[in-house]
This record gives sequence, C-alpha cells and structure tokens, in this order.
Amino acid sequence: MIGLTHYLVISAALFSLGIMCVLTRKNAVSVLMGIELILNSANLNLVAFSRFTSGNLDGQVFAVFTIIVAAAEVAVALAIVLSMYRMLRSVNLDRADTLKG
Amino acid sequence: MDPKIIADLHKFYPEIVITGTFLLVIVADLVFGRLRRAVTFALTVLGLAAAFALTLPLFAAAPGTMFSDMVALDPMALFFKAFLILASLLVVLAAPGSRELSGSGLGEFYALLLGVTLGMILLASSTDLLMLFLSLEMVSVGSYIMVGYLRNDRQSNEASLKYLLFGAVSTGVMLYGITLLFGITGSTKLIVVRHALAGAATPGENSLILLVSTLFILAGLGFKIAAVPFHFWCPDVYTGAPTPVTAFLSVAPKAAGFAILVRFFFTGLSQAGQGLTWITFASINWMPIVMVLSIVTMTFGNIAALRQENMKRLLAYSSIAHAGYILMGAVVLTSDGLQAVLVYLITYLFMNLGAFMIVIEIYNRTGSFELKDYRGFYRRSPFLSVSMSVFLLSLMGIPPLAGFFGKLYVFAAAVNRDLAWFAVIGALNSVVAVYYYARVMKTMVIDGGDETSPVHASWDSTALIWVMLIPTVGLMLFWDQVQKITSGSVGLFLGN
Repeated sequence: MIGLTHYLVISAALFSLGIMCVLTRKNAVSVLMGIELILNSANLNLVAFSRFTSGNLDGQVFAVFTIIVAAAEVAVALAIVLSMYRMLRSVNLDRADTLKG
Repeated sequence: MDPKIIADLHKFYPEIVITGTFLLVIVADLVFGRLRRAVTFALTVLGLAAAFALTLPLFAAAPGTMFSDMVALDPMALFFKAFLILASLLVVLAAPGSRELSGSGLGEFYALLLGVTLGMILLASSTDLLMLFLSLEMVSVGSYIMVGYLRNDRQSNEASLKYLLFGAVSTGVMLYGITLLFGITGSTKLIVVRHALAGAATPGENSLILLVSTLFILAGLGFKIAAVPFHFWCPDVYTGAPTPVTAFLSVAPKAAGFAILVRFFFTGLSQAGQGLTWITFASINWMPIVMVLSIVTMTFGNIAALRQENMKRLLAYSSIAHAGYILMGAVVLTSDGLQAVLVYLITYLFMNLGAFMIVIEIYNRTGSFELKDYRGFYRRSPFLSVSMSVFLLSLMGIPPLAGFFGKLYVFAAAVNRDLAWFAVIGALNSVVAVYYYARVMKTMVIDGGDETSPVHASWDSTALIWVMLIPTVGLMLFWDQVQKITSGSVGLFLGN
C-alpha cells in the first residue's frame, strides 16, 4: 500500500534534483526548469500531507495557488531571459558577468 | 458569502484604494497621450496619499484577523502599512527627476510600484502561510520587472536575471519549508501552527524536520531582507537596477521582509513568556540560528563595504549591514526589541532614501556612480556634499542624528535581555562602518578634484532632499511622538 512516506521520498528526490539542476546548469532556461522541479516537489508535499495527515483541503488549495504563482513567475522569467538573449545573443549565465565586485 | 467578509471590507480600504489606483494608472497610461506622464504621476501620488490617510483611522480598530484568518489587523500590521506606503510615496516622488528613467515611459513603472506596494502591505499583515507565500511572490515578481526596467541597458537586464534566479530559488526552498511545517502541524494558519507546536507531546518529536523547515523558510525571508548568506543578489542587483528602484528595494521590500519575519517567528514559532518577553519552543529553538545570522550579516556587510569604489555597491553592502542590526532587535525576543526594529526602520527610511536621492542627483549631473567622480564635490555643490555627509553621519550612528537612536534602541534591547556581548559585537561593527562612510565624506569634502564646474541640483530634488534631511536631523525633537507611535505599534495579534 502506498503511503505518505512514498510521496515524501519522491518529493524530497524531486527537490534535490531541482536544487542540483539550479546549481550546475549554465543555461538560464535549464535553471528555470530546476526551479519548476522545486515548486512541484512542494506541491506534491502539500497534496500528500493534505490527503494523509491534516484531514482538510488546505494543502490542495495551496497547491492550486502554487501552480498559478509558478506560471506567473515563469512568464516573467522567460520575458527577462528573452530580453537578455536579445542583448547578448546567448542564454548562458556565464555571459552575464558585467556586474562584479 | 460570509457576512463577516463583507463587514470587514471597510478595514481593507487602503488595499482597495491601491488596487484601484493600480488599474487606473494602467488605463491612464494608455488613453492620455502627451499628458500621460503628468496624469499617471498625479494618480499614483494621490492614490498612495489616500491609502496612507485611510490607514491612520484603522489604528483605533480592535486587533483581529480578516478574511478567514488570512490577514491580521493589529498595530504592527498597521504601522508597516503606513510605513510602506510612505516609503513608496517618497520613491514615486523621486522617480520623475531621475535621468536613468527618463528614457522610458513611467506609467508602467508606477503601476508596478503600486502592485509591489500592495504585495508588501499584504505581506506585512499575513497570518497564513498561503497568504505569506502569495504576497511574497507578488512583491518579488514585481521587483524583478522593476529591476529590469531599462530594457536596453545590459546591466539592468543582468541584474534582473540574477534577482529572478536567486529569488525564484529561495522562494521555492521557502515553499518546501512551508509544506513541511504544514505537514507537521496540519494547518497553514500561524496561530494554529503555534498551538500545534505548543501542544506537542514530547519536545524531541519532529524536531529535526521542524529545524529543516525553519531553515528553509528562513532562506526565503532572508533573501527578502538580504541577510548573509542569502545576500548574493544584493550588490549586483543594487548596482544594475535604476537608482530609484535601488532606493526602493533597499528600504521598502526589506522592511516588509522584516515585518513578516517578525510575524512568522513571533506568532508562529514562539509563545509569550513572562512580562514582555517571548520564549521559543523546546522543539525548535530558532533564537541562536537567527542570532548567528544577524552577527554574520552585519559583520560581512561592513567588511565588504570597506573596499567598494561604486557608490551604489557601497550602499548595497551598507544596507546588508543595517539588516544585521535590525535583525538584532528582532532576535532578542522582547517588546523592547520589536520597538527597536520599528525605530530603526523609521530612521533608516529617511537616512538611506536620502543618501540614494543624492546619488541619483549626482548621477543626473555627472553621469557617474563611481566614488572617484565624487572627488572635490564640496566645491562643486556644497548643498549636495553637506547633506550627503549628514545622511552618512546618520548611517554611522553619530548623535544627535536619527541613525543614532535606531542603534541605541537596538543595542539597549540586547543589553536588557542580558545579551551585552551581542550589543558589543554590534557596536564594534558600527566602528568598522565609520571607516567607509567617512571615506565617502573625505572624498567629497577634503579631496581635490580635477573638475571644478559648479553643479546645481534641480529644485525638485532639492526639495526632496530637504524632506529627508529634516527628519534625519530633527527626529530627536519629536522623540516623544516617535516613542509613543513605536511602543504602541509592537502589538501582534496572537489569536483569541
């Protein structure tokens, strides 16, 4: 029988993969994918906790909001990445190096 | 619909007015042709002023929550509402005079600023983790766009991208922490979270997962207040963003971050102890963690500021250091400490915005943010040099300027909680800070520059600088009122 632990393990794995992706990727779009993984791991947690422990729908409602916010955030993120691409002809984060000190 | 929601609407007027202004500004920016610059500016100023005026009568209302415990209405929330609206208003007044922003239309800038202001005041009053997350994202997403407002400027774009990536990761991590907290306590309401943690059978139960969850949430909040080690975005973003946006970011979202940090830790993770102190739960003793964060933040900020050659970068590190001092007020867990946080924020608002106003004005005239171009500025513009020196002296904490009182309250709160060593660390840090502030003053006043042509500040920036200068110098004359307002605003609604 699949229980809470299974969901939590998967979500922790997703979270770690997301963090790893954010830390190792040089491509701005890949980093955004990593961020999506982090947010989705949180969603999985919310729904699992809501189903197994809290006994109310708070978690599921929260997850719906998270999905919406993630969409809004990615819309802005892609616009900014696009704007950078127009300027540098690249989405490689190593090229964004004019600000240092 | 729940009749309570309708009945509560009149306590929500400030937010409603800001939302209305936000929409009006967007429409006005489209329909008014050549007049739109003036019309959007006037609308924004009026909207914010009206929201400020509508906040004041609410202080008389009984503390409580609104909208199914989503938003708190207590003295602390109202204080931050008024404070944040005022900060936004001052930035709006500074925006049209900035040469950096003059190339692009300002209507969208005002609209974004209003959106972020709405997010901030909701953030400062959230008592639900869902509301906390949503309003934090509202502030963040709006700020990302504001930082990248100069579309054709490489630095602005780069700053925006860095802000976005750091911001999105830290809010993602915070969200994961929130889900763990929800999992342990079964609720997203901070008040219920506290009851669940207080009622835990054994302290050891869940304490590891609670620690992880707190650290993750701290990552998100620490990002907003730019505390070390979540500060990496701060110098780059402050340098690359248009200076009015930098001034805004260094004061308003930071203050909102402190508001929610205090609310989260005080209503969610601690309980009232004897007298006017709070105590942490046995299962999660977050006090030493935040204390270390405060010490590291102020020390790092001050040391890194020592060798900065760019004024915006220097003020960025200085603002990191100030976040450390403010955190010190919060972490001592007393009402005195909370009052110190509020006092510090009031003084910080005027002195820091003032310093940025002068950086904006000097850029308008000379086109440079580099410290070397400030050399011999006293001969070019005595007014700008002297007022800059006043703001820097206040940031140092020299009496009788406003900044001194902020530091005094924070250190006194630490000493009163028998944490004298903590206050000593803060005082030592202030000594280090004297060096880099004084270096700017020396460059401006004593050093001789090649350029000697006089610089005349425009009348509107001069007026605005006076608006900052008067409270910075004269706040002590009204200390009774400041004391009364801040001590009356430390009340947090902790549930019935």
